Amino acid sequence: MDGWSERLALGRRPVGVRCRRGAALVLPLVRNLIESVVPYVSRRERYSRSLQALHYRPRDSSAARKFSSLLSNSMAHNQYLKTQSHASFCTSAAKLDSEEGDEEPQRINVTFVDKDGEEKHISVPEGFSMLEAAHDNDIDLEGACEGTMACSTCHVIVMDEDQYNKLPDPVDEELDMLDLAFGLTKTSRLGCQVIAKRELDGLRLALPSATS
Amino acid sequence: MLVGTSTSMYSLKLKSFGRIARCFSTTSSSPLRICVVGSGPAGFYTAEKLLKAHESVEVDIIDRLPTPFGLVRSGVAPDHPETKVVINQFSRVAQNERCSFFGNVSLGSSVTLLELRNMYNAVVLAYGAESDRSLGIPKEELAGIYAAREFVWWYNGHPDCRNLAPDLKSSDTAVILGQGNVALDVARILLRPIEELARTDIASHALAALEESSIRKVYLVGRRGPVQAACTAKELREILGIKDLGVYIKPADLVTTPADEIEMKNSRIRRRVHELLSKAVTPGCTPVASQRELHFVFFRKPDMFLESDDKSGHVGGIRLEKTALKDVGDDELVKQVAVGTGVYEDISCGLALKSIGYKSVAVDGLPFDTNKGIVPNDRGRVLADASHGHLQHDIGLYVCGWLKRGPTGIIGTNLHCAEETISCISEDLNRGALASASTKPGREGLRQVLDSRNTRVVPFDGWGKIDCEERRRGSLKNKPREKLATWEELLEVACR
Repeated sequence: MDGWSERLALGRRPVGVRCRRGAALVLPLVRNLIESVVPYVSRRERYSRSLQALHYRPRDSSAARKFSSLLSNSMAHNQYLKTQSHASFCTSAAKLDSEEGDEEPQRINVTFVDKDGEEKHISVPEGFSMLEAAHDNDIDLEGACEGTMACSTCHVIVMDEDQYNKLPDPVDEELDMLDLAFGLTKTSRLGCQVIAKRELDGLRLALPSATS
Repeated sequence: MLVGTSTSMYSLKLKSFGRIARCFSTTSSSPLRICVVGSGPAGFYTAEKLLKAHESVEVDIIDRLPTPFGLVRSGVAPDHPETKVVINQFSRVAQNERCSFFGNVSLGSSVTLLELRNMYNAVVLAYGAESDRSLGIPKEELAGIYAAREFVWWYNGHPDCRNLAPDLKSSDTAVILGQGNVALDVARILLRPIEELARTDIASHALAALEESSIRKVYLVGRRGPVQAACTAKELREILGIKDLGVYIKPADLVTTPADEIEMKNSRIRRRVHELLSKAVTPGCTPVASQRELHFVFFRKPDMFLESDDKSGHVGGIRLEKTALKDVGDDELVKQVAVGTGVYEDISCGLALKSIGYKSVAVDGLPFDTNKGIVPNDRGRVLADASHGHLQHDIGLYVCGWLKRGPTGIIGTNLHCAEETISCISEDLNRGALASASTKPGREGLRQVLDSRNTRVVPFDGWGKIDCEERRRGSLKNKPREKLATWEELLEVACR
């Protein structure tokens, strides 16, 4: 047996996996440290970077790349932040401002359930939208308009009605987009408009099925 | 990107590999070469999902324009920049090393369908709908009558409509037939204050024409009532909110019948549209002389166009026939159609736009359903007439987008459409129906064919040059971009 098979046979996780799990624990702390020190990074910029990382890059050194891109990023607001006026972005931008120099943001547990019933459990910092969280964690949630409420591709279904009721009511613009969503239900929301907060700990979100 | 805070990342990775393996079990090692015809949302979502599902697939996207993105560039209105953000996602797909964009390559003239089928394991046709349904009424050929598609291409700088030159000065009234979102788009562009349009990426020739436009009244004419109007809430809300615009709807038109109530009960969109229209009516509102006007005309179908008395060969008005609704559905399913009542009225106008639906164009060697205006297909697999009228799958040929479903839906509708088509491709691949890649020349074969015909291929970098130049010109005028609107300019910049 080669080294890999031998390790598996002995019930030990291969070295590569142990390193990745260690990195998985350390890197969020490093990231929080950087974000409290480095000047304000626009939400839009971070969002674009996480989207870039999602597509077709090998999954090995993505964390290292994000580390260096965080360090080199500037405070520039891009034109999308300037032009779009949606409350959620303003809210989370304000939240991000308050993160500077404050305690690390609290995180909540969120579970995404895909159309095959497979679950992915992730931890989301308060103030992040579910769309950002999905992309940060390699969950296949589309975001064609990148969170500007101009499409319905980030449609998610809140699986528990009590949790749905804890969310602030959708604005007209969100309802307009939900009208067009595939597989709409009574507890449907746009993922870019569901913002993590303490009360939503344990949130379970289902991704709509592709074909009805 | 966070490496992952999940504690069972290893098992999740195994599961995701398992899922991919289930899609392409026996043949994931041999490369697959696929050509996608059309680079709009259908084409790009198809390419993206193919690249994700199969590690060694090569996808080549061809488009007859030098610029990619289809209707995202040439259909979405200039004052809807957020809807165009999806271009970022499509650009990342095109920049993937396993994907190539071939612009200025036309199916039929630069390369035939048969040649593509010989060079690739599979061909996915996603070239949309570039023609229009016609009304089939007298005097439809008069000058001043355009398909809404042509008008949209004109203000969006599509090179095929650069010289449309609609006359916006001979009259103060435009009539738009149809009440879908495209109809609302063209109405909005005609009625929006010019200083708002000047800050968008509207084509400069259109902006110049609109600056001198004398159009002050726009009629949106529908055969049926407000409950059946095809527009959606967002677009309606937007047009009703235009500054200093008087909105006119006959209160009698807003009264609903029991059949209407059932339709609204079954459809959230219909309910919200009716609500918006009901709230838009201001009782006792009198027209202000300088104010622009938007009139919603319901229960009228076009009977014939009328020639202008002042300008020979040019439209001067339209004759409409009053309609009544008749339920032709069965039991619970309500389906109301408009039936003429023999009562007519005329509206004078100098511009008439038909917004009654797009239509796809047939191509040599491709079966086509002229009634529905689509390629006959079964979940994306093209159906060919084998013999004795019996249809069977034409292996290796697929469709996606409007060519498959008809010209309805939004950008996101193509996500599910692409998933369905790709699931058929992977099923066919798994059962060995698609020829192995070693026999197909793919990208190299296509390049050779195009070179032999001296085709000026525009690669994705060429679009990058066009993009840079448009942004540069736009920055001089405080616009996000200044579109290059002629074939000559586009090709000259792309091939620099």
